[in-house]
Amino acid sequence: MSESTLLSSWLTRLSVGQTKQKLLAFASLIALILVFTLLKPDAFMTQDNIIGILQSTTVIGVLAIASTFIIITSGIDLSVGVLMTFCAVMAGVFMVNLGMPLPLGVVCALAMGALSGCISGLTITKLKVPPFIATLGMMMLLKGASLIITNTRPIYFGDVEGFDQIALGSLIGELIPSLPIPNGVLIMFVVAMVCAVVLNKTALGRYAFALGSNEEAVRLSGVNVDRWKIIIYTFSGGICGVAGLLIASRLNSAQPALGQGYELDAIAAVVIGGTSLSGGVGTILGTIIGAFIMSVLINGLRIMSVAQEWQMVLTGLIIILAVYTDNLRRSKK
Amino acid sequence: MTPLVSITELSKSFPGVKALDRVRFDLMPGEVHALMGENGAGKSTLMKILAGVYRKDSGVILLDGQPIEIISPAHAQLLTIGIIHQELNLMGHLTAAQNIYLGREPRNTMGLFLDEGKLNRDAQLLFDRMNMALAPTTLISELTVARQQMVEIAKALSFKSRILIMDEPTAALNNTEIEELFRIIRQLKIEGVGIVYISHKMDEIQRIADRITVMRDGTYIDTVPAATPMSQVITMMVGRTLETTKKVIPDTSSNEVVLDVRGLNRGRVLRDVSFTVRSGEILCLAGLMGAGRTEVARAVFGADAIDSGQVRVHGQVIHLTSPQDAVQAGIGYLSEDRKHFGLATGMDVESNITLPSLKRWLKWGMFLNQPAIHAISQQMVDKLNIKTPSLTQTAKLLSGGNQQKVVIAKWLVQDCEVLIFDEPTRGIDVGAKSEIYKLLNDLAAQGRAIVVISSELPEVLQLSHRVLVMCEGRITGELRGDEATQENLMALATWRDTGATVH
Repeated sequence: MSESTLLSSWLTRLSVGQTKQKLLAFASLIALILVFTLLKPDAFMTQDNIIGILQSTTVIGVLAIASTFIIITSGIDLSVGVLMTFCAVMAGVFMVNLGMPLPLGVVCALAMGALSGCISGLTITKLKVPPFIATLGMMMLLKGASLIITNTRPIYFGDVEGFDQIALGSLIGELIPSLPIPNGVLIMFVVAMVCAVVLNKTALGRYAFALGSNEEAVRLSGVNVDRWKIIIYTFSGGICGVAGLLIASRLNSAQPALGQGYELDAIAAVVIGGTSLSGGVGTILGTIIGAFIMSVLINGLRIMSVAQEWQMVLTGLIIILAVYTDNLRRSKK
Repeated sequence: MTPLVSITELSKSFPGVKALDRVRFDLMPGEVHALMGENGAGKSTLMKILAGVYRKDSGVILLDGQPIEIISPAHAQLLTIGIIHQELNLMGHLTAAQNIYLGREPRNTMGLFLDEGKLNRDAQLLFDRMNMALAPTTLISELTVARQQMVEIAKALSFKSRILIMDEPTAALNNTEIEELFRIIRQLKIEGVGIVYISHKMDEIQRIADRITVMRDGTYIDTVPAATPMSQVITMMVGRTLETTKKVIPDTSSNEVVLDVRGLNRGRVLRDVSFTVRSGEILCLAGLMGAGRTEVARAVFGADAIDSGQVRVHGQVIHLTSPQDAVQAGIGYLSEDRKHFGLATGMDVESNITLPSLKRWLKWGMFLNQPAIHAISQQMVDKLNIKTPSLTQTAKLLSGGNQQKVVIAKWLVQDCEVLIFDEPTRGIDVGAKSEIYKLLNDLAAQGRAIVVISSELPEVLQLSHRVLVMCEGRITGELRGDEATQENLMALATWRDTGATVH
């Protein structure tokens, strides 16, 4: 098999099953872009604005990817937004307060994310606390922890050389000066690709789908359900760590009060992308499209000078509409 | 005297099954009329039609001599027909009185607030009538199952029911509780209430019933006085002629004991269950619904915690903490409820087939070895003749027989030495049935130890090398495959510690 056919067969396999639903989401995204382009041709389709949209999607996009795994198992994680902040704060503690070198600081910050995910997983499986409550508790706990650790003041990364380049630098721009796509966007796409492979090509992904599809059947197949749930929450926590580094790098600081509410945006992106809250169904590509639908919508409405209050109202309506059309499509089958 | 109810020529079909075929039944005032038959004979369907749960396809129902059409459970209540289902439908957090008058709560003059006082007084009147000492304000969750059943009866009476259907009312009751139930039934008889009594327990029926109607395979067989000898009733219940191929029972007496179960106990559900299965042997667990057969399987498989007992595979004691331990010891369990416990129906065929054994199909302990997964799944699809358009077909789109084969494939890939099949042919058409029978025989011939749980006596007779019969959580008898008959199996399946046994 040649490289190209291998790639195409791989792409087909990734999309098998949910093609229609992603087409629908993708078509909505294109439609949104077209509408805004027609309404504000000079402001929307500019390089600066497109890069702005890409940049603003990165954090929610990565958090949404993390949530996709959890939601596919038919769980929910309300702590992803605050966990992101906690990881940003811990990055600050490791690199600024403790003076760790950048690579080590990054690894340690990601490890804190994984550790928190692991604790959520343990709470859900070993203490048998339902995911909604377990992660609600984690959300409050982590928010408090971030505020306590920082004494409610931001940690600035000014002295950590190269930290802001994680999200704001542009490797692509160095190679192709006319295309200054920030590294944050690159990182989001790399995370997406790695996660698509994990979801579709590894045991972790297979068990995530199986758990969401029929947990009791998985248990009766002799699979260690608890262990795999913990692994999935841990993995998802690590991805939240990536989001934490992205936001800290973009702001060049860790803002301890930030983060709450991000989990709902992330869940919205996942759902718009066609992942079912009842579990067993979902794709990373769909989630990325969902995240872009949200950010294109907000960006476009802002360019059209729609007041922020009305942006919220419209976003709310879009989420409901997206899930409603998805239901229609399903019931027709 | 006009019968309370008179049913003639009643038929009912479900997709693919004729559940009732021109059945008749009548009930006199003040009579206890027992309805008997094997599982699947159509007793429950008939009663659900009378209670408005199902609509009849054809036939006539006369109520006090007047033809009627019962359109819903609420309508049945209006027509003074009450049913007490096998599973109780009470809300544990509400009081007895609140449950009885749910949806019909008395209100005070303003119509705005509930009149809790009247509610409790009305309930008290019902309890007085039943001659039962129970405070109406007691929470349902604080009552025993028996008492909850009495509340259900009170609820049925609150609709002024003159026809009361009881579906296996004593299934969860002990002897003292059964006495109290019978006392209330006799009380109701005096008041002219007609009672349809569905039960498998012969001794009870002889004590409480006036007449017995026997059904079999959705048809009416006969109505006889309750004093008719039990052996005669059993023959009527199971009396179908069977086209069974002559089965050959291999001599496995010198084979190694693969599965050795000793002294399983779990509350009232399992009582001192011990048995062994040898390599190459098919052991059937027979009994009526609720006898504890599935519970034995789930206990051996580590799916339910047990109070005491030991399971050995090849003489090695295995710890029963989770199904994972059982699978590692080489035990596979095919649940009676494929959709809920057997298959991840939203996933495709190959994902299901390789679910228990996924570890073996990984590269570097992590990545799915897709070619190997395809290969083993294809091999299973060919071997078991699973009809599916592709390996990536979603499991829920397959027919029942093919779904069952996917579940079997799951455990064959895992290479289990002990396979427990719980109702392996439930919901499967006749053709697929015989294929599965053949498969089970092949698996035994390969030296695996097979346990089959089945409620269908013909199936037990066809498959078993040896039969264990269970009743109320204990093993009531053991028969060689060639000495088992429908009659002696049925007698053992209804054997109770207080009841008479039939041989």
